[in-house]
Amino acid sequence: MADKVVIETKDLTKSYDGVTVVDHLNLHVGENEVFGLLGPNGAGKTTTILMLLGLTEPASGSARVYGYNPTREPLKVKRITGYLPEKVGFYGNLTARENLMFIAELNGISYAEANRKIDELLEMVGIADVANLAVGKFSRGMMQRLGIADVLIKNPRVAFLDEPTSGLDPEGINQILDIIANLPKMGTTVVISSHQLYQVQRVCHSIGILSKGKTVIEGSLDQLGREALAGGSYRIEVETSHPNPKLIDLVNKIPGIRNVEAKDNLLLVNADLDLRSEIAKVVVGSNTPLIQMKIQEFSLDDIYMKYFREA
Amino acid sequence: MATIFRKELADFFTSIRVFIFFLLVIGASAAGLFASYQGIRGISTESGFVFLKLFTTSGTAIPSLTTFVALFVPIIGIALGFDAVNSERSNGTLSRILSQPIYRDNVINAKFLAGIATLFIMVFTTILLVAGFGLRMIGVPPNAEEITRLFLYLLLTTVYGAFWMGLAILFSVSFRRIATSLLSSLAVWLFFGFFWVSLIVPAIAKTTEASLMLQRLSPHTLFGEATTVLLLPIWRGAGLLTAGEELQYMILNPLSLGQSLLVVWPHITGLIGVTAICFAVSYVLFMRQEIRAT
Repeated sequence: MADKVVIETKDLTKSYDGVTVVDHLNLHVGENEVFGLLGPNGAGKTTTILMLLGLTEPASGSARVYGYNPTREPLKVKRITGYLPEKVGFYGNLTARENLMFIAELNGISYAEANRKIDELLEMVGIADVANLAVGKFSRGMMQRLGIADVLIKNPRVAFLDEPTSGLDPEGINQILDIIANLPKMGTTVVISSHQLYQVQRVCHSIGILSKGKTVIEGSLDQLGREALAGGSYRIEVETSHPNPKLIDLVNKIPGIRNVEAKDNLLLVNADLDLRSEIAKVVVGSNTPLIQMKIQEFSLDDIYMKYFREA
Repeated sequence: MATIFRKELADFFTSIRVFIFFLLVIGASAAGLFASYQGIRGISTESGFVFLKLFTTSGTAIPSLTTFVALFVPIIGIALGFDAVNSERSNGTLSRILSQPIYRDNVINAKFLAGIATLFIMVFTTILLVAGFGLRMIGVPPNAEEITRLFLYLLLTTVYGAFWMGLAILFSVSFRRIATSLLSSLAVWLFFGFFWVSLIVPAIAKTTEASLMLQRLSPHTLFGEATTVLLLPIWRGAGLLTAGEELQYMILNPLSLGQSLLVVWPHITGLIGVTAICFAVSYVLFMRQEIRAT
């Protein structure tokens, strides 16, 4: 998935009034993936995004977005990136359509093309019915939806979304998350900054956790999850009607199994790979009824908490 | 930049603020006309330039149009600029606009230009209204020199308004809160318009020359003098000459346009200068400012 690294920071540092908010940060985001930027409040997530956009100058270190340096070539970066600020705002006296049209014009999109695109996007984010209403009358959630449309109108190659689901109703969250999950297919790399771990887990392929301006951990979600939960192995729960030492022995002999523990009717298996089918074969082969088998799902909470305790 | 310029201009013309100011413009024009209606019969027409008198004659109780203009142009200028940048910041639109592929200076340039265009249209409206109705009233058409002088007055007034707008934009860049920038702009206006000339200068200046020099630090005074010289051709400006004994030997005939211009040249340069300084400072501040979403 992440063959090509499109966003890269090298020792990126920023300080305000002597306080270092981003401290020698190294991040890598692959092309067409959804990258989650996590961390507690004040970890430097927004500052990092601003530096990647060229809206803030780094004190030292460098950043690259599709090979462009945001500090030196801000226009080239801004042409291919979309940014949804945390507190997104629109001109209250203009309608949703006019607001989007203004941004389209700033990006040099032709009138006809922009009109077509606006209809499509407003439909997609679910506010087509209020397209011609002044934005001043919009609720927080409607603004947020309009903000997503605003980012997508320029067909960005990278979209930076700062808390994209804040202020949305549950249905809206699902809608927006579906849109975000679909973006890589349309050729857009997404960087999300969020505290909503469950939502991040749903859409992100890889994450970076920041704390006090430093990267705590960075990597793909699957891999980090397994490391956090079971030291890098797969955990499989096998439920049988009556486990016996002989069965445990048999399961243990499957190549790739690290250890097996028995607990009531359950066998807890640690494996290097997802060996569910092999285990099933062995269990059934030993004439023990197999009731169910499941691979333990990790949650992003586990990852987050684990690395936070370490940090 | 043209896009932002168009949007800002459209914003101005659809805002309630500018609608109110247009009412003010119409009101001031009406009052100025009425003043000259009352006063114009009493003035001598020997010096010519009757048409210009429409603008400078005050009535029995109502001040002349130029007085009105000197009063409302700074207010319009401040009203057009005081929330230019910080309202965008507090609405969260600034970071969104600046993340588009445009240069940052385009934003502030477009705002400044749109403000100047609005000011120009307002002052132009005032002058046209008074000129039109005045023409009907007195029936004396303006000659070429009068039209030139009125045009110069229009430019001068626009520059003067642009100065106050530049100052207000400067405050709107430096202060995060809209109320602070509005109050600071108004405070500066009050200080120079009223306290400086009538209270502070008399208190510290020992001689007439010193007093004049200090007074001219106020853009209000500069504008007032420049207006008088431009619209009253007979006026020589409050220079050193008029302060001396030579005054009694002076022949009271109007100055030619070139000579009038020569008298007010320093004033105009000064006004353009302070406007440019205000704009340049706000420009530099804006370019270097942190753009945080929150």
